[in-house]
Parts: sequence; structure tokens; C-alpha cells
Amino acid sequence: MGRNFGRPVRRLEDGRFIQGNGRFVDDVILPRQTYAAFVRSPYAHARITGLDAAPALQMPGVVRVMTAADLAGAPDMPCGWMIHSRDGAEMKVGSRPLLASDTVRYVGEPVAVVVAESRDQARDAAEAVAVDYDELPVVVDCGDAMAPGMPQLHPAISDNLAYDWELGDEAAVDAALAVAAHRVELTLRNNRLIPNAMEPRACNADWDAQDEKLTVWMTHQNPFGMRTLYSAYYGLAAEHSLRIVSPDVGGGFGAKAPNYPEEVVVAFAAKLVRRPVKWTADRTEAFLTDAHGRDHLTTATLGLDAEGRFLALKVDTIANMGGYLSTTGSLIPTYMYGTMLSGQYVIPAIHCRTRAVYTNTCPVDAYRGAGRPEAAYVVERIVNVAARAIGVDQAEIRRRNFIRDFPYQTPVLFEYDSGDYEGSLNQALALSDYAGFPARKAEAAARGKLRGIGVAAYVEACGIGPSAILAKLGGGAGMWDSAEVRVNPVGTVEVLSGAHSHGQGHATTLAQLVADRFGVPIESIRIVQGDTDRIQAGTGTYGSRASVGMSATFNACEKIIAKGRRICAHLLQVPEDSVRFADGVFASAATNKTIPFGEMAAAAHAANAFPTREIEPGLVESSFFDPPNFTYPSGVYVAEVEIDPLTGVTEVAAFSAADDFGIIANPMIVEGQIHGGLTQGIGQALWEECRYDPDTAQLITASYLDYGMPRADGLPEFRLAFGCAPSPSNPLGMKGCGEAGAIGSPPAVINAICDALAIDHLDMPARPEKVWRLLHPKAAG
Amino acid sequence: MTVALRVNGEDVRIDVTDRTLLIHALRDHLRLTGAHMGCDTSQCGACTVLVDGVAVKSCAMLAGQADGCEVVTIEGLARDGALHPMQAAFAEHHGLQCGFCTPGMIMLGIDLVRRRGAADEATVRSELAGNLCRCTGYQNIVKAIAAGARDMAGAA
Amino acid sequence: MYDLAYVRPGGLAEATALLEADENATALAGGQTLLPVLRARLASPSRLVDVARLAELKGMALDGDRVVIGAAETHAAVSQSPVVAGAIPALGRLAGGIGDPQVRNRGTLGGAIANNDPAACYPSAALALDAVIRTTRREIAAADFFTDLFSTALEPGELVTAVMFPRCAQAAYVKFPNPASRFALIGVFAARTAAGMRIAVTGAGAGVFRWREAELRIDAGGGVADLDDLALPEDAFTSDLHGSADYRMHLARVMTGRAIAAVDA
Ligand SMILES: Cc1cc2nc3c(=O)[nH]c(=O)nc-3n(C[C@H](O)[C@H](O)[C@H](O)COP(=O)(O)OP(=O)(O)OC[C@H]3O[C@@H](n4cnc5c(N)ncnc54)[C@H](O)[C@@H]3O)c2cc1C
Ligand code: FES
Ligand code: FES
Repeated sequence: MGRNFGRPVRRLEDGRFIQGNGRFVDDVILPRQTYAAFVRSPYAHARITGLDAAPALQMPGVVRVMTAADLAGAPDMPCGWMIHSRDGAEMKVGSRPLLASDTVRYVGEPVAVVVAESRDQARDAAEAVAVDYDELPVVVDCGDAMAPGMPQLHPAISDNLAYDWELGDEAAVDAALAVAAHRVELTLRNNRLIPNAMEPRACNADWDAQDEKLTVWMTHQNPFGMRTLYSAYYGLAAEHSLRIVSPDVGGGFGAKAPNYPEEVVVAFAAKLVRRPVKWTADRTEAFLTDAHGRDHLTTATLGLDAEGRFLALKVDTIANMGGYLSTTGSLIPTYMYGTMLSGQYVIPAIHCRTRAVYTNTCPVDAYRGAGRPEAAYVVERIVNVAARAIGVDQAEIRRRNFIRDFPYQTPVLFEYDSGDYEGSLNQALALSDYAGFPARKAEAAARGKLRGIGVAAYVEACGIGPSAILAKLGGGAGMWDSAEVRVNPVGTVEVLSGAHSHGQGHATTLAQLVADRFGVPIESIRIVQGDTDRIQAGTGTYGSRASVGMSATFNACEKIIAKGRRICAHLLQVPEDSVRFADGVFASAATNKTIPFGEMAAAAHAANAFPTREIEPGLVESSFFDPPNFTYPSGVYVAEVEIDPLTGVTEVAAFSAADDFGIIANPMIVEGQIHGGLTQGIGQALWEECRYDPDTAQLITASYLDYGMPRADGLPEFRLAFGCAPSPSNPLGMKGCGEAGAIGSPPAVINAICDALAIDHLDMPARPEKVWRLLHPKAAG
Repeated sequence: MTVALRVNGEDVRIDVTDRTLLIHALRDHLRLTGAHMGCDTSQCGACTVLVDGVAVKSCAMLAGQADGCEVVTIEGLARDGALHPMQAAFAEHHGLQCGFCTPGMIMLGIDLVRRRGAADEATVRSELAGNLCRCTGYQNIVKAIAAGARDMAGAA
Repeated sequence: MYDLAYVRPGGLAEATALLEADENATALAGGQTLLPVLRARLASPSRLVDVARLAELKGMALDGDRVVIGAAETHAAVSQSPVVAGAIPALGRLAGGIGDPQVRNRGTLGGAIANNDPAACYPSAALALDAVIRTTRREIAAADFFTDLFSTALEPGELVTAVMFPRCAQAAYVKFPNPASRFALIGVFAARTAAGMRIAVTGAGAGVFRWREAELRIDAGGGVADLDDLALPEDAFTSDLHGSADYRMHLARVMTGRAIAAVDA
């Protein structure tokens, strides 16, 4: 721990936000601003038989109406991750134009865009665009998508099947299951979620004819990836003539990482109308079109020996992709999912089959955890079903099966780097007073309440990722990250970061790191993020991968210090290898003189005290860090619930989380990440569920009136503890903490509910009526 | 129509269409972009401002309805560079992550103190029924408001 | 929101005249229902007539054994009123539980009952207490006022000016909130009145109603436990995402029991 690093330093960026000086995309109004409104399909599946923009063009303030015809040269939306089916065939990609021209495949799919002088005028005119549709039958449920006779979404893709993928040794699994002393089977759904970052998607595109440059302000988790796509793929402008700015991003949770059609269309529109075009989604559009998360239907079988040791796990999953494959939609239920099915346990044989199917729903992509929560849910649920079947305590069955030796090669590709699973379990049991639970259960019973306790252990893969490994798995882009550290003549420091905060506080944590490395006040450091004109390259923030950008920053700092030592060797007239740097001061055993970091910076720029043919003037260093492996954060969570048997309402009475994130940069920020993740996971377990009408595929949960968001009053105060098994995969020993809470909490809550009700399983969310019906099976209806 | 307001202590007159919501008048016409728009159904509270001293959702009020009113937005809280105690409490207790919901949370917190004084955490939780945050799990927002309320009560 | 005109009349007569002159004009009170509806483009009135500040629609006072509350009084004002708290404490608490603080600061009693949302809170109190709704044209008993979902006995151009609630010290409102919207999935207002126990149920789906069987059973000396097998008007209950008709019926029983227990507590 340094003076800053490792401590709960208050956030440097907060001053702006608490005074209303945050800058989100919709806050930007450019000179000659115009506004875009999209014409969206009201049907989930229909053929477009006619489109007449003429009435809209007559409306006041309309600048332009664009349809697919105006984008004739633009390529279809790409899917960025190639998955091969088990027979070796490439996945089948249904073509997805920027604007639909002949068929629409989900409600809300964009069909045309109106650009007008004001937001209201754009909306008014969008309603006047006349589109004729021939409705087609729909399929909503991923369990139905492959059934004979179902509507087919894409020509030449039979059974709506995008791919049929597998991982692991099926024969070995079958053989082990055949001789297992115990076998348990479980069918479950992982409910579809709507990410709901509070800031809706927004963009503002401006073509500057004088500079021949396109600037796109966009609320996004990865502006660099967007620049590459917009230039190399869409040809909107060459990379050096294209600037993507993601200023403050109001939450992302994965849903601001994909490439979406609306933003691309707005960029094309700006070039066409030669004026800035702004689009800000309203919440209804966010519900309809932000990439959704989860939506799996899974059957799993676990085999155990007579002592309750796991022998084999077989998992068969159907994953709902929605109407099209989103940017990384294909990756989530495969390499982000099947690879995590070993959980924290020694399971000698694992097999996973995933079939990804198209349905008439919004495309599905990453949402906080992305594949790993789905895996943890399967493993942690079936472990409890097994514990119940063989009569072993849920904590004890985990203890019996934990991985204890690291690195550990799982049967599903990944090699876990480090961990202390039993340590986390012990911490969690202590934190939750697991031993005292029977007394609390009895006390609740006396009040007429059913109390249950649920343990869940998770492990996840973060810090994505080793680029070469990802390429082998089908990835289309390198996943290193970058940092450029610029030390100014008077000693202030700018860090140009390829990681990009959307709430994680990089402006503080990176500054903590740099302040301690250089021994300078934290206020003298400024972190620059999210602007491709300032930062040359980066990979953005998602998948709890800030440790990658953090490591790049660390390495760049090391280069600065190395150069500082060379400069100081000249200033002190001592041999370079005698120069040490500590606590902000260069010193050498060969002299009493010392040089503070700031003086070294001044000297580097003055360039008059060292031979500039040997050492270049100036003080700028950059680093690209490509990690050798993923990092594997882990933890054990204990949820305690109380159920009112009269109404079926479940209350989370207590929640304890013991996590191991390796080295922690700022415990205050890490705790905040856990709070948010836990809340989203509890939301998934209790309230959140995206529902489409099965007959029309209309989105039923299209507003906060029907989509149950977690609020302040339904949550307990969380109890947190941290262990620390540092990751060997980066110079800082960090693992990543952004998603953990959302991964471990759904199974913990459902395990607790099942414990309270003494049942094997119920699907999320545990709506009151669902619970009530389980308790009163004879009730009417 | 012309709407006359006193915003953060300054008298302003703006020309808006009749259908302009107060939130748009503040954001687009006065360029006070601290209040945010997070929903269409008046449920998220990101747009909360004080009108004549009480917290309202500025997406559920026409600019015209506020004609003649005193409006305080997040930008109007700090005095001579000194943060309002409720603002300071959010920074001290890590009550924000992405910062999008924050202005609404702070304005609601101030309204809460007006009505309930130094409220305990349970009261704060129930008073936040109309303010959504997707980042913080509310944990530190509740702490921040409770602390801000104590500080405001102490300062009063 | 579609284009429209906004007017703020200076008095009730002017407001009425404006509404009567234009059949597409609509009254705007707190706007907590109407503005979200307009933002969703679900209605397109030509003109909004702002009644929220009309002095004629303000005031909370005792009038004999009734509390008269002006239509433009906000939920916050009702919840904080000592007059209301003294005469009908349950009504103040009901108002204090509507929506959230910001909604309560703007939303009004008149708007809430004129809107007659099947999940709204106030209609149950008005019905259970036999309130009388005073309008610009007449007085209407609550039982005749709430006609159907989102519809009332109000005629075009007619405004609610006040609601008169008979005093009642022994009453309670128990709300089972919809987990998403926080409106009532089921809300029950129970009141011991001079005429006996009154029980009004909101949230069932087809509009607020009185559960007369339960009233009779309680008046006949029955206890909460005696409600379990009692018939509920089945056609008053509908199913949606948040609860089937059966579940809502079950909740109506449970919440009625809890409301009666609270009345007698
Ligand atoms: C987030 C949120 C949560 C809510 N939660 C609840 C809840 O839990 N329980 C609940 O009961 N309600 C709830 N509401 C609704 C709230 O109570 C509204 O304030 C109320 O329903 C309408 O009152 P208003 O004054 O805002 O009316 P407005 O929205 O202005 O008008 C509503 C309708 O009433 C008409 N009207 C208004 N005043 C009069 C009058 N004097 N005479 C005749 N017609 C009139 C209008 O023309 C319009 O048709 C909630 C609203 C929101 C936004
Ligand atoms: S924008 Fe006003 S409540 Fe959501
Ligand atoms: S801090 Fe991001 S929504 Fe609250």
C-alpha cells in the first residue's frame, strides 16, 4: 500500500458531478445543431411492403429523411466474434442492415430516420413517415425457436440456429455420469434482463468540411473500437480524420459496448446534411433497442461419488440471440460461459453444448458479467440441488470440492491463476453468522415468516485478455490496453488512458497509482479518457478489465522512471546504475545530493545538463500491455431471505460478500462496485425480467412501470470482506471487481429462497405470485 | 410563449414552445445541464430540481407551469465556491459512480431535509422511492443523504 | 408531446369557460399523470388549462363533521395537514404513501380522482368513506362518481373543485405495491363508520369497488379469519404481468385483513 494506492482516496472527478458540471453527450449542443428521430418498427416480424417519406418531408422543420436506400453502399452490421459449430461450420449470421428495408425482426428495429431543426419536430415528422407492413408470425422463446414449424427469421438459416457449439469431452462426461454414485439434473432459465444504464444512449455527429473531419460524440465504453469500425468498416472517414469522443458516460454495464445501428446512421446523416445531428434515446427506445442480457434455457446434470465429490458436469444450453447477432453476442454464451462451468471446483470432466438461436426479440449482448453469471448460476444452483439430494450442508459440499492448488487447469480451457476459495468461504460464513442461522430461522418462524440461507461461490475470468488466445477463440481484435504518461516541465502529469470509465473512477485510481509511483501530489495528475484525438489507441472498459489499462499505466511510469534515472545520473554525475528512485526522489549512494521528481522533469525539458544525442529531451512514455492470461477473481456470497407466506414477498434480510480481487487500488471504489453489482444481481433474482408477449413479440416490460428496477428501499445493508490472492498475470497483482457482485448474487438469493421453501428450484425472478403459488399449490388458477 | 423564471437567483426570460418541459427549458435554453433526463414516465428522478423550494420532477412540469417561479438546480447550490453540505456528503461517502443520477439525488436529499430533518437511513431509503440509480446499489447514496442531513441540521 | 397550447386562467370561471369553449381542451393540475401520458403521445389535447393554482380549488378545512379538501391540494399538502390528520388520520397517511416525494409535491387530489386510475390510492378512500365530490356543476356521491377504469361521472368541461370526506378516526389504508411501478397492486381502505365497516379495494384491475360481503361479515361480528372463504366479485379482478386475478383476489383478502387489524389497533 502506498500513500494513495490501496487507500480509500476520495474521487477526484466527483467535484464536477456534484455541482452539475458532468458532461454527458446530451449536454453538448453544437452550432447549427439538428436532431434525429428514428422511425421504428411497431411489429416484431413483418415484411416492409411500402415506405413513403413524402408526408414527413412536408412537416415543419424537417431537414432530411433517410431510409435504407440512402445507405445503399453501407455494409450490414458486423458480428465481431466468429464461433464455429461442433461440426466445424462457421456460425450463420443473419444479415442486419443499418436500416431495415425488406424485413423487420424485432419491435423497435430502426426503419428510417428524420433529421429536423428541433427534437419535437423530428418526433412529429417521424410519425408522418408512412410504412406499410405485412405482419409475419413470431417466435419469442428460445426453447421454441428450433421446433418444427416455427417462423424462420433469416433466409438460408434453418431452425433459427446460428450455431451449435461445444466445449469439453462429451464421452468422458457421459462415462463418468454413467458410474456416478449420485446424479442430479436441473432445468433452469436465466431470465432476460434490460441493462438500464441511467443515461440513455446518445450521439452527436458533426462533419467539419473545412477540416474534412468527422467528430462523433457518443456515450460508449470503447470509443477506440468505434473509431476502427467507423473508419475501416463503414468508411465514414479515415482513422486520422475521425474523432470519437465519449465524455462522461452515465453507466454502461455492457450495453454501451456494442456497435449499434442508430449511432452509425446518425454519423452518415451528419455527412449528408452537413450539419451536426444529435440523437438521444428516450427510455422507451432504451428498453426496446439497448442490447439485452442473459436469456438462457439450460439443462444440467452433475454426477457425484459416494462422498459427495463432483465427477462430471454436463450442460446443454439454448441461448437467445434475438433477431440478429449483436457485436459480441455470439461470444457470451460460448467462451464467456462454457469456460466458466468448472466454478471453484475440481470437476474432472465437463461438457457444454450451446445452441444459439434467433428469435423476434432485441439482440442480446454483454450485460454485467456477460456469460459468467449464467455459468455461475448453473453451477451454484446444481451444487445446491446436489447438496439437498445427498443431505450435505451447502457450505460443506463446496468445501469438499474446492480447487486448492494453483495454477489450476480446468477441463474447459481456462487456467485459473490464483485463489483461496476456502478462505473466502470461511470469511463469508463468519460475516453472515452462518452458525447462528438456525436460531434466526426459528425466530422468523415465530413471526410467521420463512427464513432461508443461500451460499454461492463464483469465479470469473477478467482482464480480457491475451490477444493471441482470443484470436484462437474467434476474436476479431487485439485486447491489450494502452497508456501514455506525459510529464510536463513543471512536474504535472497527464495520463492518456485507453481504459474508459463509465462510473468506475479511473480518474482517481489511475492517479493514485501514478502519484505513488512518482511521489507527487495526486492533484498534480490528470487522467485523460475517451477522446480518440487525445489518446491514440485503447480498448475501453468492460469485462472488469481496467487492470489491463492500469498495468499499461504502471509500465509507462516505469519507463519514465528509467529515463529519469538516466537523466539524474548526468545531473548527479554518478553512474546510472547507482541511481535509485523512491518516495519521489532520485538519489545515489555515490553522492549526498538528491533530485526530486519535479526537478528531474524540468531538467528533462531544459535539456541542457545531459547529452541529447544519448538521451532525448522531453518526458513522455507509452506502454501497451497485453496480459499473459486472464485474471480470476472469486468470492463466496451468503444471502439470507425472509418470505411472507401470505403474500409470497421475499425480502433480502442480509447479504454478505467475501471477495478476492487480488490487490485493490481503492477499497472505497471497490466496495461501491460490489454494492452496484450485488444490487443488479438481487434485482435479477427478485424483480427484473424482460417479458415479450408470446403471441405478438411486443415488449410488455417497456417502462419502469412494468420493469422492476431495484430501489433503495428493497435492499439490506451489505456486509463486505476482502481476501487477497494476488494475480500473477499483471505487474500490479490486480484481478478486477466490476462484475463480481452481479455474478455471485443471483444464485445466492435463489439458493436462499429454495432453502426457505425446501424446494430444489424456482426460476428467477422470484415474483411474489410465483412464490405464493409454490406455497399454496392448491390455490385456484 | 415567454416564460419568466428566477433560476439559481437570477431572473431569466426564455422563449419556448408551449409544449416545452421545464427540463428542456433548463437544459437546452438555459444550458443548465446538471438535471438529466433518464426516463419517459417520470419515475427515475434524474431531472429533480427545486421549484419554489420543493423537489419536483422537471420532466413532469411544463416550462409554462413554472412561469413566475423560483427554480434551484444543482448548479445553484454551491455558494462562493463552497459546496452545499449535501454535495459534500456525496463526495465524502462515495454516493456517486457515473454521476448521472447524482444531481437528482442531491436535490431530493435537500427536499428531504426540509420535510424530515435529520432522517435515519430507513427513512432515507423510503424517501428515495422516486429516484433510480443503476450504479451504486443505493448503499452509499443512503449514507450520503443521511450524513448530509445531519450536516445541514447542524449548520442550521 | 404533440403541439398544444398552454393557458393559465386567473379564476375558476375563466378555466371553465376555456374548457367549455373547446372540446379538445384538457384540465392540467399537477401533471403527474397527464404529462407522462402526453410525452408518450397517447393523447393530443389542443390546449391545457392549468387549474393547479386556482384559489377556488385550494383549502383544507373542517365543515361540520366533514373535511373539505380543495381539488388542487397536493398529496404532500394533504399528508402534512393537521386538519386532515386530526379528522381522518388514515387519509393523510394514504396521501403520504402515493408515489414518491416529488410526485406528492405536485400531484393533486382532484387530478387523482378525476383520472380514476384502477391502481390509484385515493379512490378507495373516497368510496369507503362515502365522500362527496363537489364539481363546478353539482355534488356527486363517490359511489356514483367512479364509473369505470379511467372514467368518472364528470361531463366535458366539468371540474372537480373539492372532495368532502366524512370524519373518521378509525380507518386504515394498506397498500401492496406493484414491485415495478409502486402503484397499488392491491390497496384496501377500511373504515369503521357510523354505518358500519366499509371496505374499498383498489388495484384489482377493473376499478375501485366496495367489498360488501366482507363489510357485512365484519358488521355481523366476524373476524379477519372469517374472510378467507368469502366471495369476491370475480369480474372486478384482471390479470397482468404483475399478478393474476387469483393472486390479486388472494391479496385483497390478506390486505383487507391487515387493514381491519390496523383500524382496530
Ligand atoms: C412516479 C409516479 C408514481 C405514482 N404513484 C402513485 C400511487 O402510488 N398512487 C396513486 O394513487 N397515484 C400515483 N401516481 C399518480 C399521481 O397520484 C397523480 O398525481 C394523480 O393521479 C394525478 O394528479 P395530478 O394532479 O397530477 O393530475 P394531472 O396529471 O394534471 O391530471 C390527471 C387527469 O385529471 C384531470 N384533472 C385534473 N384536475 C382536475 C380537476 N380539478 N377536475 C377535473 N379533472 C381534473 C386532467 O384533465 C387529467 O385528465 C403516481 C404518479 C407518478 C408519476
Ligand atoms: S426524467 Fe424525470 S423522472 Fe425520469
Ligand atoms: S451513479 Fe450512475 S446512475 Fe447513479
